[in-house]
Formats: sequence, C-alpha cells, structure tokens
Amino acid sequence: MSPDIIAALLNNINPVYFLMMALGVGFGIIVGALPGLTATMAMALLVPFTFTMEPAPALMILGGIYVGAMYGGCIAAILVNTPGTPSAIATTFDGFPLTKKGKAEHALVTAAISSGVGGVIGAVILLLLSPPLASVALKFGPPEYFWMAIFGLTIIATLASGSLVKGLIGGAIGLLLSQIGISPIGGDMRFTFGFYQLQAGLALIVVLIGFFCIPEVLGMVEKKISHIDKINFKPQKGVAKGVILELIKKPVLLIRSAIIGAFVGIVPGAGGNIAGLLSYNEAVRWSKNPKEFGTGIIDGVAASESSNNSEVGGSLVPLMTLGIPGAAPAAILLGAMMLQGIRPGPELYTNYADITYTFLISLIIANVIMGVFGFYGSRHVAKVINLPANYLAPMIVFMTVIGSYAIRNNMTDVLIMVLFGLIGYALNKAGFHPGPIVLGLILGPIAEDGLVQSMLMGQSAGSMWVVFFTRPISLILIALSLLSAGWPIVSSLRNRKKEADANA
Amino acid sequence: MNKKLFVIGAVFLLSLTLLVGCGGQDKQAGTIDYPTKPIKYVIPFEPGGQSDLEARRQQRPLEQILGTSIVIENKAGGGGAVGWAELVNKKPDGYYMTGINIPHIILQPLARENAGYQTDQIITVALFQATPIGLAVHPDSPYNTLDEFIEAGKKNPGKITVSGSGTLSGHDIALMQLEDITGAKYQYIPAQGAAPSIQSFLGKHVDAILANSNDLVQHQDKMKILAIGSGETFEPLPEVKTFKELGIDMIASIDRGVAVPPNTDPQIIETLEKAFLEIANDQDIQAQMLKEGFMPLAMGSEESKQYINEMKKEYSVILEKVKK
Repeated sequence: MSPDIIAALLNNINPVYFLMMALGVGFGIIVGALPGLTATMAMALLVPFTFTMEPAPALMILGGIYVGAMYGGCIAAILVNTPGTPSAIATTFDGFPLTKKGKAEHALVTAAISSGVGGVIGAVILLLLSPPLASVALKFGPPEYFWMAIFGLTIIATLASGSLVKGLIGGAIGLLLSQIGISPIGGDMRFTFGFYQLQAGLALIVVLIGFFCIPEVLGMVEKKISHIDKINFKPQKGVAKGVILELIKKPVLLIRSAIIGAFVGIVPGAGGNIAGLLSYNEAVRWSKNPKEFGTGIIDGVAASESSNNSEVGGSLVPLMTLGIPGAAPAAILLGAMMLQGIRPGPELYTNYADITYTFLISLIIANVIMGVFGFYGSRHVAKVINLPANYLAPMIVFMTVIGSYAIRNNMTDVLIMVLFGLIGYALNKAGFHPGPIVLGLILGPIAEDGLVQSMLMGQSAGSMWVVFFTRPISLILIALSLLSAGWPIVSSLRNRKKEADANA
Repeated sequence: MNKKLFVIGAVFLLSLTLLVGCGGQDKQAGTIDYPTKPIKYVIPFEPGGQSDLEARRQQRPLEQILGTSIVIENKAGGGGAVGWAELVNKKPDGYYMTGINIPHIILQPLARENAGYQTDQIITVALFQATPIGLAVHPDSPYNTLDEFIEAGKKNPGKITVSGSGTLSGHDIALMQLEDITGAKYQYIPAQGAAPSIQSFLGKHVDAILANSNDLVQHQDKMKILAIGSGETFEPLPEVKTFKELGIDMIASIDRGVAVPPNTDPQIIETLEKAFLEIANDQDIQAQMLKEGFMPLAMGSEESKQYINEMKKEYSVILEKVKK
C-alpha cells in the first residue's frame, strides 16, 4: 500500500471528517427519498459553505450526499412506486410489488445491502482502475452513443411484461415525448404548440412522478371507496437475517449488476437510470425463473440497487482522470474542486494525492455508512405505508406537487405532472406498463444526438457506412442489440419446444 | 353577520390607509428603502454550470454588501430561455433577478419564433465574468497555426469537423463568423453542452473544438490552441494569440451578468449595480477567476446595454447571411 493511501485512511478516521461525511450521507438519503429533490440540488446548496472548508472534508461531505441520495431514491420507489431519483426506476418493478405483498421491509433491507455492496464495488473500481477505464470512456463518440441507445431500447421486451406490442407502442410514445423542446441541430422548436415553457422539454422526473405515482395514489383512493383492504406492513422477526442469507447466495447477481453499473457510469451522459434498467434486464435474462420478476422478488430490487450505486463510482472516473463531469452531481464536484483551486486530471494523483485518496476512500466508507443507515432504518421507514389512505394519499399528492415544482422551479412542470398522471392512470387501465415509455424518454435524446452528430460526421467524412458500421465499440453494441432483440424469440421457441417435448 | 362584514371592511380600509401612508412617506424622502427582504437570484441553468458557480461565489459577498439574504434558484430549460421568459414577466420590485448570458439572450429571440422574451426586455444590471472562446486542435494535428487551419478549410471545404456546444450558440456563431470572414468552410458538430463537446474532442471524434476559456485552461496540455476570441491577450493563456492579432477581426466570447425585469426603478438598479461591481472589482475574486480560466469583467448597467446592442447588430448581420 502506498503511503498516500495510508495517510488517506488516517484522514478518514478523523472524527470531525467522519461525522461530516455521515451527516452528508444522512442528508443525501432524505433528499434522495423525496421525488423531485436531487443530489445535485443538495450539493449545490452546500457549495458556498465549502469555500471556507479544507478541500478534503469539502469533497467528502459532497461525496457523502451523492452516495446517500443515490440510495435514498429507492425508499419512495419501494413504498409508493415513485422513483425518488430517476436511478430508482427499475427498483419500482419488484420493490413495489413486494410492498403490496406486505414485504416492504424485505425490499428495503435488500436495497440497503445491495446498494452498499454495489456502491463499495463502484468506489473500489474508481480507486484502482480509473486511468484505463477513462480511456474507454473517451472511445465513446456520437456513433457509440447512438448504438448504445439502440441497445438500451431492446430491453423493452423485458419491461413490457406481457404484451410486446404494447411495450413497443409505449417505447415509441416515449421517444416521441423526448422530442418536445429545442432540436439539437438547427435549434427549431418542436411540439411546443406556441408555449414558450415547452422549449425546455419534459423533465424526466416530472414524467416519472406522473406516470408512476399518480396512478398508484388514484388506485389507493379507488380501493378506499370500494372498501378493499389497503396494503399493510406488519413488522416480522428475522427479516433482515433472512434477506442477508438469501443475498449471500446470489453473489453473481450483485457483482454483475455492480459491474454493469460502474461501466454505464463511466460513459459520460449515461446515468444511474440506464444502469438500473440494464442490470434489471440482465437479471431477468440470466434468471432460471424469469417469469417471477415483476411479481415482487428481491432479485429485482438487488439488481437495480447494486447497479445504480456502483454507478456513482463509475461516473466519477471521467471527472477524476479527465476533468469531464459525466453526470450532474459530478459537475458540482468539479466546481467545488475548481473553487478550491484544484484542477482535476492527472495532477489529482500527484500534486493533490493526499486530498484525492482521502476523498476516494471516503466514498467507500460513505457507502458502508449508507448501508448501515438503510439497514437499521428499514423497519421504521416501512411503517409509513400503514397510515390510513385518507392521510397517505393527500400526503403523497402534496409531495408530488412540491417535487415536480422543485426540479426546475417551474409551475408548468406541475401541470405536466398532473396531466401525465391522468394519462398514466388511463394507460395503466389499458394494460400499458410505464417502463417502456420512460425508457423511450430517457434514451430518445441520447439516440437523437448520437444519430445527428454521426450523420454530420458522415457527411464530412463522405461515408455514413464508415461512421456507423466500422468502429469497434459500435460493432460490439450492434451485436449486443441483435442478440438482445433476438433473445425473446429464441427463448420462446425454446420454451415451446420444451412444452412440446413434455407433451410428447 | 353584518357586524362581521363591517369589521372586516374596517380592518381592510385601515390597512389600506396605512399602506398609502407609508407609500407617501417614501416618496417624500425621495429614496426607496431597498432591500428589506431576501432577494431571489435565479440561474437559468442546471446547478454546477459556470453561471451557477459564479452566482454561488457571489452569494456570501452580496449578502454582506446588501445586508439581506440572497436565495439562489435554478430554473433550467431551453438554453436559459425559460428563465429569461419568466424574468421579463416578473414584478419589477428588485427582489427578483436572473443571471444572463451573452450571446444567448441576443441569439435566442433572433433565431426562435417564440423564445418568450425580447432582448431589450432584459434590463442588465452588470456584466461581471466572461469566457473568451478559443479554437483548438489535437496536439498531433497537421495544423500548427490559424492560417494553416483556414487554408485547409478553404482547400477541403466541410471536411474538417469542429465540435462546439449547442446550435445557434456562442460557439456556432463564432464558427459562422470565422467562415464568413475567411471564406473557409467547416463541419460544425453541436454537442449538448460543454462537457460532451470536450469529451468528443479529447476522444478524437472531431478534428477541432471551439471551447470556453476555462475549458481551454483546464485541458491546455491536451490541445494546441490556435487562437482565442478575447479583445486583448487573455492573461491565463499568455502565449495564445487573439483572432484580432492574427488578422481576423472578430470577438468571440460568452459574457455573464445579471438582469432585472423591465420597468425596475433606477435606484434599485443602481444599488444592485454597485454591489455587483464591488464584488467584480475585488482583487481576490479576480485572481481566483483568472486562475480558473475566467476573465473578470466589471461593466455597469449602461455600458452593458450598449455592448449588448452592438453585439446584437453584429449577430443580426451574420444570421441574415447564413439564412441566405
């Protein structure tokens, strides 16, 4: 172990630093749990205070918030089907069904442990493998982004749960919604219908709250009216132990998800939401019982949470080595470093090695603290859903309004949220899952930017073929897309054959 | 019931006279008691951007000078347009101000059918920071000087790709200007923001980049900077020649400042202007800015207005030519 790392370890044991980081993690968890409040906002709020602080604790507290918020997003996802942060979208798929079964604590404990494990893996990858991974990040140019988005769209088959046609329609709707706003080339206003407010496009979190949360609240009210029993949570003994035992048996799931998360994080612009969705998809694909996903099994929660927390470490790779912020919270960290007079890049590991290693190690510790907070908090947090529907429903609606306003301090966003809530309710009744729509909305801009930039590159190079089909990473992504798109057909054929064999 | 109504009515009237009375007093004294409550400082971009960080740097000193708290709020969207559209519809009471960026506030109303505001509706208080735009190529690029780069753009029009942030943005218009003056042609590749643009350049997916000075300073050891768009030598990059010094008569820069809604009382503007200029002229803050790759500015309300009008004329001409 190098002396830098030992000194950094000692810094982390400094009680004042440690306490500040723990405070950061706790603050982050709360912010993350509230839909619409983001890690970025919480960190930006603290920036003026970090001026007067030493660089190391300043970065540690900001890192703590980032880590905490990434986990916090799962709480609302599990309890009320609303991703607290976009990263927790995939957590709703099995987290909320678990809550419906009265197993909210199972889901929350799973999330805490998986987040902790994933987060530590991500942070270790950041600590040890940054330089080689950063060079991979740089290989991602416009064509790679385009093919990555196409690959991402192939997981609609998993998200559609049931009807592939409805999934594809949903994905198309999402892609269309993502077109609202200013076009990336030419700067035209699209689908704004004369409202200048729509120049900004749709904020992902606003649509998420609308699609995921409002239909659930309306359902809650419906049940109340028709006197159907509400979801309840009864504290049971030994839940934590049971969950731990079950997770220990699934190291591959946790590690695979964490690696996917870290890798997605390294690619600037691809965030925890994509990481969670991809890992969830892989968890389904590799599972022996893929049909159980979506009905409320802890594997789904573990895949999503392990992945979106390891994404934190990954997203800091391009920042620390290249000075490119790969995600919004990383941009705040960059700003805080610049204000301290530290320039990210190779210098970080030489001139500022003490600060850098202190920060990197603090991220590992922050993840452990987060896991502990989450683990012991689960039982208490789960009781929230025991509130009677006539209190709980208006409380959630209140939070959704605050959240959708807070994201951009814009009243239009609240109206959009309500509108999408009603649309989401109708779509739910018609058997559409919001997953594919949201996927389209996330990947639409990435695909479009990649496509148009690649086409401009192709124009300049005189050949579209060269730009789109000859670059190595693109070819890998194309192959993966074909595989992924073909997989449902292959597996259904296999199932049919099995059934036929069984019948014969 | 009637009694209740009467009481409410009386209270209402009383408070009204009280308000009128206070108003009268203020007028007699000839000054406005400002500021008496927190001031909202809106940044029309995401947290973490250059505009946002500048505001957060100013937050504490502003609070000290003005003696009230400053609340920073981010209203991102439409490249800033949503925030500026909201600004021009706000009450001009001095408690709502928004960070502005040039050329954004000039180009958006020119280029979009409904940006939600007009440039002259934005009442500038001060301009305090700028990032001159520079042109850079890879260290192993065959072009070593701006002349060589221009020659290549003439010989093989549209073959050289240049990355920048946004369409009809400062970077886009800078390239248009360069093409217009020299007759060379390049392929502009608009990225969604400064960070993706730098990434695309460092990954060598494009041949050249137009970037803000702070990004140039940060990544200077990974590029050859051919020219920079400042009026005179840019202090943090002393060896880099300006476009003007190289015979290309153009200024390319993103300037940042702060503005209030139309019809704001001149006294309020003066109070704010004084506060912002005091911070802008602070030696320590200027030194900090230069180190980070920013150019400190200290332009007051009138000066800023004239500057914006000049730039508007210049950009209108270029945009007209491009449309043809």
